[in-house]
Amino acid sequence: MFSNQIWYHIKEGSRSIFTHGLMSFASVCMIVACLLIMGSFSLVAVNVNEMLGQLEDENEFLAYVDESLDSGQSMSLQAKLASIPNVASATYTSKEEALKNFQAEQGNSALFQDIPADSLRDRYSIHVEDIELMEQTVADVEAVTGIAETRAALEIAEGFVMLRNVATAIAVILVVMLVLISIFIIANTIKLATFSRREEIAIMKMCGATNWFIRWPFLVEGLLLGLMGGLVAYVCQWGVYSLIGKAMAESGILEIITMIPFHDLAGVVLPVFVAVSLVIGGGGSAFAIRKFLQV
Amino acid sequence: MIRLTDIHKQYENGTRALKGVSVQIDDGEFVFLVGPSGSGKSTIIKLITGEVQPTEGRLMVNGYNMTDISPKQIPLMRRTLGVVFQDFRLIEKKTVSQNLEVAMRAVGANTREIQRRIPYILKLVGLTGKENQKVTQLSGGEQQRVAIARALANNPSVIIADEPTGNLDPARSLEIMSLLEKINEMGTTILVVTHEKELVNRFDKRVIAIESGRIISDAAGGYYNNVL
Repeated sequence: MFSNQIWYHIKEGSRSIFTHGLMSFASVCMIVACLLIMGSFSLVAVNVNEMLGQLEDENEFLAYVDESLDSGQSMSLQAKLASIPNVASATYTSKEEALKNFQAEQGNSALFQDIPADSLRDRYSIHVEDIELMEQTVADVEAVTGIAETRAALEIAEGFVMLRNVATAIAVILVVMLVLISIFIIANTIKLATFSRREEIAIMKMCGATNWFIRWPFLVEGLLLGLMGGLVAYVCQWGVYSLIGKAMAESGILEIITMIPFHDLAGVVLPVFVAVSLVIGGGGSAFAIRKFLQV
Repeated sequence: MIRLTDIHKQYENGTRALKGVSVQIDDGEFVFLVGPSGSGKSTIIKLITGEVQPTEGRLMVNGYNMTDISPKQIPLMRRTLGVVFQDFRLIEKKTVSQNLEVAMRAVGANTREIQRRIPYILKLVGLTGKENQKVTQLSGGEQQRVAIARALANNPSVIIADEPTGNLDPARSLEIMSLLEKINEMGTTILVVTHEKELVNRFDKRVIAIESGRIISDAAGGYYNNVL
């Protein structure tokens, strides 16, 4: 009996899609549009996040060792520094190596060849795990006995954090807004379907149908519309993303920006699109049918 | 069995539709509920079908206490009733069979049960051969027969007919009433709400008369002319 009921609900829900063909088409189009906009912003945010992550990885600060410490004592600080929370790595550079590096950076210019060997100090290049905690990490490193001074570009770190937070916030706000708009649109479609079938609903209620028996065909309709929209949007998103990626690769100006290939994201994009479209479809239906059940 | 005990009903707008109505309709009875417009007939029907709740009093319908029935029990109670309306309330875009199928699906009947019962009911109401016709292609009398068939679809113990002949000519009205009488003879309780005096008086049945929310008469045998 249960499978009989399921087939009945699926049949009724599917039939209703074609009965209100134009509205169904408009709903699918709106879901596709909303998911495309939402997906595009999300993918931009994902790519920005990825690029920021790469930049964060390159973000480091220097901790200079007290000049009174000999090289053995300087090297022994590594374990202490590495044990500080949020320190990903602490790479030691002696003053001699630092001088050589400096001279190499200057193209081994004769101007810098006579610098005395003790002009620079032993130092550690410190990478952090979370750039947001950089200020605290700098303070912790400075508190280590034997560290004389640090040089950290905190304002750059803060800039990265702010950029990432703004990008995430914009993406979240847009996603929430578009989901709400999509639910509103599909709710109106289902509301039209329920309105045109209000007599039928009243009759079914009078015959002893439960609210869930009446709800299911409308939920099936909403879920099917959502699913169709989600799958079409996925294909469109794939195309749009690939076209943008191709255009950027061919553009000399934008070649420093690297996009994550779509096939690396497809495993996430498809389930997210399907899940969001089902939530939009099911949520819209459930919202639309409430008042027609009061018989 | 339907039993109303000192039922009062006051709507939110202050209208007092029923003022202490007490009446009992036993299983297998055929009862006319008569009265002028605004007398409270429709309120009694709405109370029995669970569309509204009484303000005071006790109402029992086929074993369900309607004064404290839970929302989940209302569909189960309604499955013991069949309702026929003056305006038929058929689904116009569906065929005769599909209209009956909707009612049967609503209570969880499977395809085999539906296919077995529909021809039997259509034969009972005299609509054999009209299974696949759209209801809009039928005459008024035939449409009301479909509505009666739908009310019978789930084998209810009580059929409530609210002005079932209001949209029909006298000959078709008589046919419909005769059909309801035939269904009653098969054991189904029938409650007919009407104000067609001639029709009521043609049948030797119990007549409950209501006016201004009070029962003013309850007697057997074509009584309408004498009280109103």
